[in-house]
Amino acid sequence: MDELLKKQLQITACKVRMGIIEGVYNAKSGHPGGSLSIADTLTYLYFNKLNVYPENPTLPDRDRFVLSKGHTAPALYSVLAHRGFFPVEELKTLRHIGSRLQGHPDMKHIPGVDMSTGSLGQGISAACGMALSAKLSSYTYKVYAILGDGEIEEGQVWEAAMFAAHNKLDNLTAIIDNNGLQIDGKISDVCSPYPIDEKFRAFGWHVITMDAHDFDSIEKAFNEAETVMNQPVAIIQTSVKGKGVSFMENQVSWHGSAPNAEQYEQAMAELRAQLKELEG
Amino acid sequence: MADLVKKATRESYGEALAELGDKYENLYVLDADLAGATKTGVFKKKFPDRHIDCGIAEANMMGIAAGLSTTGKIPFASSFAMFAAGRAFEIVRNSIGYPHLNVKIGATHAGISVGEDGASHQCNEDIALMRTIPGMTVINPADDVEARAAVEAAILHNGPVYIRFGRLAVPIFHDKATYKFEIGKGEQLTDGSDVTIIATGLMVYEAIKAAEELKASGISARVINIATIKPLDKELVIKAAKETGLIVTAEEHSIIGGLGAAVCEAVCEEAPVRVVRIGVNDVFGHSGPAADLLKEFGLCSENIVATVKKAVAEK
Repeated sequence: MDELLKKQLQITACKVRMGIIEGVYNAKSGHPGGSLSIADTLTYLYFNKLNVYPENPTLPDRDRFVLSKGHTAPALYSVLAHRGFFPVEELKTLRHIGSRLQGHPDMKHIPGVDMSTGSLGQGISAACGMALSAKLSSYTYKVYAILGDGEIEEGQVWEAAMFAAHNKLDNLTAIIDNNGLQIDGKISDVCSPYPIDEKFRAFGWHVITMDAHDFDSIEKAFNEAETVMNQPVAIIQTSVKGKGVSFMENQVSWHGSAPNAEQYEQAMAELRAQLKELEG
Repeated sequence: MADLVKKATRESYGEALAELGDKYENLYVLDADLAGATKTGVFKKKFPDRHIDCGIAEANMMGIAAGLSTTGKIPFASSFAMFAAGRAFEIVRNSIGYPHLNVKIGATHAGISVGEDGASHQCNEDIALMRTIPGMTVINPADDVEARAAVEAAILHNGPVYIRFGRLAVPIFHDKATYKFEIGKGEQLTDGSDVTIIATGLMVYEAIKAAEELKASGISARVINIATIKPLDKELVIKAAKETGLIVTAEEHSIIGGLGAAVCEAVCEEAPVRVVRIGVNDVFGHSGPAADLLKEFGLCSENIVATVKKAVAEK
């Protein structure tokens, strides 16, 4: 990847992470761990891949994005705000009464949200419907969805996986965020979905692996995804839950809890330092 | 009464879709391996490119329908009531109801009249389930004419609609030439002053027969057909409560959560009168010929007559 572009994406991703912490801190609840693990991928998609239009968020030909792991809404809201869909300042209203920023994505009220999600396993089916619609009507838009590695324990995911391969939805890319942790512990201990790659291959998908925190790896994966014909694509990203905030990294306790004032200051100080270093 | 032509409303569903497919080019039909039984096979034959078989995966089918609707298509997701409203309830609630998407659910094989397949397939809970979803319109047509009209009304309505169809052939009592269907409007079929029989689905014709018999016994029964259970035509129901002072409801559904419950809720709040509910009394069904089961479970004009006579005597 072009070094200048990479630097820009890293800077934006850092700001997206600050928006996540800002939102969850002000909400006094929410899911920072899995939001931070997808921050780089979302930044890449919204700032370098998706054809989306903040000034006209419902344009029929736009690319679609579905956050199937809807509890990581703080990451989606932060990237949408930074991309210009609504003011960054609004992130502080997350989960507040009267705010558009519901605990889980709400397509009826938040500009840029293509599907309401939150109940795991459902977003991927809607994404399949959107991709199928493009095929039926010869639209050229593409559909991307992010699923949690714990989420794929839901049976509906595999109904959708079968459907997507059967209908040759090569305009659909599902990203599996493999941070290895779910609420009750390690995914390998709770009810292991491994081997994830072999499962998707067996269901007829083209499988790509990537490092979720390396923009060279991310670019390579999404470029490869675009070359695949007649098959849906699963990108399995190896990620770090809580990435970017030292005390949240790889800690299952940060799946669904908000930082207190002291932890908030520490997290923001760390992210500000990272931003300063990136901006040189 | 003269013998009327009979037709199952699931047949009306399939035929209506095939007919309306020409007029509405954004109409798509989804099935979960039951196109032969839901009768959408007629549509599939005529519009193969607009029929999507999702396989035996109703949860995913509802999600596919949701996704299609976000792009401007009008999907009819079809399956048996048991699986459409039962198995896929949470997907219908969260992926269709919560975002208020323009998805239509065509649920066939509702109620005890499924017959021989037995309790596992006799869904007497679907109206109750669907009625609790905010913004969901719930329609239970009484015959072929009403079922066809309901399908087109659902297409023209912007938002999620659940339409319930039956497997058993039932008399066509509406006149196609004059019948007008409107979502949310009940239909008063006969006037009466002693009691109002409020019925839905295949029980409407039974109510008409019951009213004729009651007339011979000197009881004046008003008959109201409620096809749209949600939103309920409260005005018509309250008026009947006030004018007749007694209501008997009749439905091929559990007495819990269905038409009878909806009528009770409306009447209790605005014009409390006695409401006696005829329906499936909080039990599972079992295998047998549909006509026999309907009699056994009291879903017939004879039981309406007996229930009304008793209630009127106690008035």
